Amino acid sequence: MLEIRNLHARIAEDGTEIIRGLNLTVKAGEVAAIMGPNGSGKSTLSYILSGREDYEVTEGDILYNGESILELDPSERAAKGIFLAFQYPVEIPGVATMQFLKVALNEQRKYRGEDELSTPDFIRRVKEAAAKLQINPDMLKRPLNVGFSGGEKKRAEILQMALLEPKLCVLDETDSGLDIDALKIVSDGVNALRSPDRAVIVITHYQRLLEYIVPDSVHVLYKGQIIKSGDKSLALDLEANGYADIIDAAA
Amino acid sequence: MNMQTAITMTAAETALVDAYTAQIGELPGEGAVLSARDTLLANLRQQGLPTRRVESWHYTDLRALLRAVPAFDPTAFAEKVDPLVPGSSVLSVLNGKADTKNLPAGINVRSYAESLIDGVAAADLIERDQDDVIGRINGSFVRDGFEIEVPEGTELEQPVEFQLVQSAGQSHSRFPVTFGANTKATIIERHLSVSDAASLVTVVSDLILDEGAEITWIILQQQGASDSHLAQVNFDLGTNAKLRLFVINAGGKLVRQEVHGVTTGEGADFKLRGINLLGGDTHTDVTFTLGHDVPNTTSTEVLRNVLFDRAKGVFQGQIRVAPDAQKTDAKMACNTLLLSDDADFSAKPELEIFADDVQCGHGATVIDINPTHLYYLRARGIPENKARAMLVNAFVDEIVEELEDEGLIETLETIIAAWLEKHA
Repeated sequence: MLEIRNLHARIAEDGTEIIRGLNLTVKAGEVAAIMGPNGSGKSTLSYILSGREDYEVTEGDILYNGESILELDPSERAAKGIFLAFQYPVEIPGVATMQFLKVALNEQRKYRGEDELSTPDFIRRVKEAAAKLQINPDMLKRPLNVGFSGGEKKRAEILQMALLEPKLCVLDETDSGLDIDALKIVSDGVNALRSPDRAVIVITHYQRLLEYIVPDSVHVLYKGQIIKSGDKSLALDLEANGYADIIDAAA
Repeated sequence: MNMQTAITMTAAETALVDAYTAQIGELPGEGAVLSARDTLLANLRQQGLPTRRVESWHYTDLRALLRAVPAFDPTAFAEKVDPLVPGSSVLSVLNGKADTKNLPAGINVRSYAESLIDGVAAADLIERDQDDVIGRINGSFVRDGFEIEVPEGTELEQPVEFQLVQSAGQSHSRFPVTFGANTKATIIERHLSVSDAASLVTVVSDLILDEGAEITWIILQQQGASDSHLAQVNFDLGTNAKLRLFVINAGGKLVRQEVHGVTTGEGADFKLRGINLLGGDTHTDVTFTLGHDVPNTTSTEVLRNVLFDRAKGVFQGQIRVAPDAQKTDAKMACNTLLLSDDADFSAKPELEIFADDVQCGHGATVIDINPTHLYYLRARGIPENKARAMLVNAFVDEIVEELEDEGLIETLETIIAAWLEKHA
């Protein structure tokens, strides 16, 4: 589903290279965890996948279902099924949450040549998805993410993901700022979306999230490269021994 | 004021003086009304239109900007349109002429022409001060409008809509409205243009709110791209009176909307909410003055301006606090979204505070679309142009939402969205 080949990327504004020859393949149905110390390029990778224009790809390619997505803008990538759950969801005053959800859903459908959802159908879908994530309906009456607690924002991200039904989900530190109860609810939300035709990339610092969302593969990102890949036992190793041994071995 | 007599009159000044000579036999009113008109016109002729050397017109050099004045056009045709809010009582002024058929019940209404004819209007035809060019032009030429009194204790369920429809030429209208004690009402002052021909429209509304009156007054200005619109609202707030004034400018080539008020009773509260949607070559000026004349009165003013193309915008806001007006609380904010390198906006706040126990503040911001907001919306599949429109809409929608009337909010949102779609 996703194949990243020798990717090099830098910050557009100052030219700082962050991703330095990254290779990664994630298959349909796979849950891949990306771990790594601070500053290794994890969030940058998620932004580049979503098409954020603050970063420039200088070398290599990103293939999604066999096609390069480098020339696609963020809305086209989203409509093709790439979803990034943000580490820090953005508060947008004046944009009603329900209106935002409806426009996003229908714009994606329009891009794919599907009919727009009727309002009753849309409302029913939102209500069902919100109930599963234990989201208070009052929250949806507020402007997008405005005044949401950290946990509410993360749940709202998973709600968007459930409604938009993407094919490739990228979760950027979705566990940060969550208490145990919220972590469980969010993980259940993600697990409910696991399916043979959908891939999930979980970016995290901690093994804890991976107890709830059990990965098929684990990759260690360091200085913009994947330096080691393994199965879920790799995450346990890292938890027990830290990154130092792996970094030394790769050097 | 510029004390020099204009040496050479501009085309617009000449046109105004000539129009007066041509029109005076047609305009309603004699005696005191006529002599008040003569005085105002003589002042106009002597002073000329104001230039940037006149402080209150510094950012709107009317003499340079008002290039031409269209002649009165007695053949121009305009008709009533559906009200903004279904069920409203419509009082229409079509090309400057009040339509007095089917006047609403429950309030006292008569045409302003009647007031001019019986001479009551003579007291209105004065200048606020020597810079009051709008009062001067309007008072010289005023032909019609509506005079209204809302009796004490009346609560109007449905809005009253003053509907000014202009197709060509000039119109000069006046709306003196007295809201009796403990009245509640929503008034919509709506300015429409139904042709591409250039028009000159002046309008003066004089509002008196007696004790405990709670009034929402909405000005929706949607004139044509070649129209000049000079408007003034004057208000006087009695004890515990509340006035919410919404000003939405979404049209016109040369627009000046003045708002002048005083609080004369304790507990009075005033809110100004303004949305300026400025595109093309418009020059739009909102000039506001408020005198907190007695203790314990409050006001807030919030303006949201969106500029495209080569639009120019101006906000002048002056708050005066009288020496014994203790516990005044006044806050003014002017926020501008500049979406073109060729657009510009000037904001001039002025606070004149002569009391010591007051809270007064003002702030002005100029911003562009927040790139992080834009990215977030796009990352959810919303194309860039649509995402931009949503964010611009969000910027002004916070003001509209304050109306707290679902039907009205939806109607205004539709108008704003349509304007943005056309200009973005």
